[in-house]
Amino acid sequence: MSAIIHGAGAATALSTFNPVDSKKLAAPCRTNLPARSKRYIVAGSDASKSFGSGLRASHSQKLIANAVATKTDTSATTGTGHELLLFEALQEGLEEEMDRDPHVCVMGEDVGHYGGSYKVTKGLADKFGDLRVLDTPICENAFTGMGIGAAMTGLRPVIEGMNMGFLLLAFNQISNNCGMLHYTSGGQFTIPVVIRGPGGVGRQLGAEHSQRLESYFQSIPGIQMVACSTPYNAKGLMKAAIRSENPVILFEHVLLYNLKEKIPDEEYICNLEEAEMVRPGEHITILTYSRMRYHVMQAAKTLVNKGYDPEVIDIRSLKPFDLYTIGNSVKKTHRVLIVEECMRTGGIGASLTAAINENFHDYLDAPVMCLSSQDVPTPYAGTLEEWTVVQPAQIVTAVEQLCQ
Amino acid sequence: MAIWFARSRNIVSSLRQNLGLSKILFKRDYSHRPVFKNSQLSSTVFLGPVKSLRHESTAVEKQPDLVQLSDEEDAQLELDFPGGKVGYTSEMKFIPESSSRRIPCYRVLDEDGRIIPDSDFIPVSEKLAVRMYEQMATLQVMDHIFYEAQRQGRISFYLTSVGEEAINIASAAALSSDDVVLPQYREPGVLLWRGFTLEEFANQCFGNKADYGKGRQMPIHYGSNRHNYFTVSSPIATQLPQAAGVGYSLKMEKKNACAVTFIGDGGTSEGDFHAGLNFAAVMEAPVVFICRNNGWAISTHISEQFRSDGIVVKGQAYGIRSIRVDGNDALAVYSAVRSAREMAVTEQRPVLIEAMTYRVGHHSTSDDSTKYRAADEIQYWKMSRNPVNRFRKWVEDNGWWSEEDESKLRSNTRKQLLQAIQAAEKWEKQPLIELFNDVYDVKPKNLEEQELGLKGLVEKRPQDYPPGFHV
Repeated sequence: MSAIIHGAGAATALSTFNPVDSKKLAAPCRTNLPARSKRYIVAGSDASKSFGSGLRASHSQKLIANAVATKTDTSATTGTGHELLLFEALQEGLEEEMDRDPHVCVMGEDVGHYGGSYKVTKGLADKFGDLRVLDTPICENAFTGMGIGAAMTGLRPVIEGMNMGFLLLAFNQISNNCGMLHYTSGGQFTIPVVIRGPGGVGRQLGAEHSQRLESYFQSIPGIQMVACSTPYNAKGLMKAAIRSENPVILFEHVLLYNLKEKIPDEEYICNLEEAEMVRPGEHITILTYSRMRYHVMQAAKTLVNKGYDPEVIDIRSLKPFDLYTIGNSVKKTHRVLIVEECMRTGGIGASLTAAINENFHDYLDAPVMCLSSQDVPTPYAGTLEEWTVVQPAQIVTAVEQLCQ
Repeated sequence: MAIWFARSRNIVSSLRQNLGLSKILFKRDYSHRPVFKNSQLSSTVFLGPVKSLRHESTAVEKQPDLVQLSDEEDAQLELDFPGGKVGYTSEMKFIPESSSRRIPCYRVLDEDGRIIPDSDFIPVSEKLAVRMYEQMATLQVMDHIFYEAQRQGRISFYLTSVGEEAINIASAAALSSDDVVLPQYREPGVLLWRGFTLEEFANQCFGNKADYGKGRQMPIHYGSNRHNYFTVSSPIATQLPQAAGVGYSLKMEKKNACAVTFIGDGGTSEGDFHAGLNFAAVMEAPVVFICRNNGWAISTHISEQFRSDGIVVKGQAYGIRSIRVDGNDALAVYSAVRSAREMAVTEQRPVLIEAMTYRVGHHSTSDDSTKYRAADEIQYWKMSRNPVNRFRKWVEDNGWWSEEDESKLRSNTRKQLLQAIQAAEKWEKQPLIELFNDVYDVKPKNLEEQELGLKGLVEKRPQDYPPGFHV
């Protein structure tokens, strides 16, 4: 399972990096990155050199290694980098951006001295003060609106929803104002907010705390949506989202906060519009994001044992879809399976199915299959909850069915 | 002001008698707020810079509580709860749903345009007064002509501010140009004051190529970052939490400016009203909330909108200083907004102003208000309680304005407006590419594809599209 692809950049610092320990460092084409004196690795979009196995040289945007899959490799090979949990990675990204730009501020419920319900903002209030890391009263519409107003006057707020489901209360501000005001003002006002929070189905949290908001938000024009799944991309996406001039919604998952991984010491950011190649393969393309990535990888182990070679892509960018990466994969394998946590009706998978069918119809040997959660409110009982989401066994069965 | 205090003391004593509240102990602690020196002001004495304007604060300081501290009570009879000490009583008494008398409204000019003796107000120079009057009259003419243009089918929609000219102009005159304004939609006068030209108004209404909004919004949804006026957004009250955010931003950057936001009486029923005020209070953000209580929310009269004594009483519920002002009195509005602004900036606190007025026009061009209110009620407010006429009388009495100034202003403005409308109408509209710009900072791939697709369609069959439509 050599999910290592190394993108080459022009920087000299690359030489110190062992090719096996390959973390992708992207220069996002849309944000301005200041030149930094400290070691900062940038993978240029037109790099001619490439080494490592299985690299598609034509792909102008570099692909990355999956840290979780190659954990044993990375920790053995390089001395640089430090290990941390996903929520710490988010915090590190946030703290670095707040150090870098005094306009970045955080607002949400219990984000200050309590450190956030998932400890993503731990220690920040002590460091930056309780005005810059603001504890708000309980009114999601209010603090989202507040963030929008502050952004229109020059700040860069990071708005935390204690649970993504609560942001349904902020839907009016997000849809009617956040997504729209840049457009309706004729470009006069920008809204560089980041709206983030944990969502998804957890462990017996009940229906109201297991919402998948990405399916409700995906239609809103003017916003970008990304979902992180590893400490590496969590930190990278957090930083990229803060630097973006557009409003970005960063979806985290309740069950992924304690994932551990080694990430580079150097500064890096991840491209907001890019998908992540988790495991290259030949037989079938499996598209997934967030927690379902881990179910897919678990199923992949079984599939490999059975002789299949699945290509796993973590789409990461939920709006817009990285159809370039996805398309290249479809053109190679001709079979697509989407595994998502959204509900069957109107979820990210539904949109992705439509997009793939529209764009890559000729390359498909089989209909696009989409495994989603059941169209039910998430029940509390553990056994019932388990079967509302897609399990690895179902993924294995689906792959076998598609590859017949 | 002084008269009000004498009366309010009477309210309290009558309350105490009627409701037996003498045993209830309510200690309101203002000590954590900066205490301002006592300074009595009268209209002739006050000539100093605005910073010495403190009479609002001292007036508030001296305001007696709803329930008086009773001398017989032992100050030790207090309970500790989160939130501080609170006295207790064994007498079960409910606070009444309304006080026996409504909060009085602050006014300076009477209906004949004469200053009420012993009024507190900030004097207005001739230059400022004349400019204020000119702008109020201009706003009137602008509303009239654009409304007619809509009726002729030249623009699709319009919304007048007839009857609310004093609120529009006097509040704008009281602010600095650095103060960020978040309007509802009935405040074009604020933008007019700040220098938006009649041509720029016309361009937005026609959605032509010169419109700053690039033709993306309905008429009257003006916005200009140069003038610190946020683009109007149709959903009601969404600007209130945003104003708290702007106040927060200004507070963080320690700017000598505040956020000023407007809302109507109907908008105060929205959840965002509660949210915005509560947040601004907790955040100690410099925001001035101005509520234009004009009696009607489309066809909903205020008696069907809330059961409280208007909006001013809600301020205290959030811990916000508030005042009720006669919104048709330009001088009163000017003084109140100016004082509120100073308080907001120097004391870093929100302030709520309820401006009482009447919506003389229809809600918008999509409404016919004679269907739900009496025509003679509208006439009464239009003729006898007209804020523009009232201010004009005062300005004329001072010898600063004359009949020929009036006719010259009105005819010039009318001519300029008609020309602006003609020019804006003829000006070409936005090209097709503007449909896809500014959704994001940089156009993403899917929008590029959609644009190309649409362009191809138009170029292939130009006869299906109106003349003058171009990509």
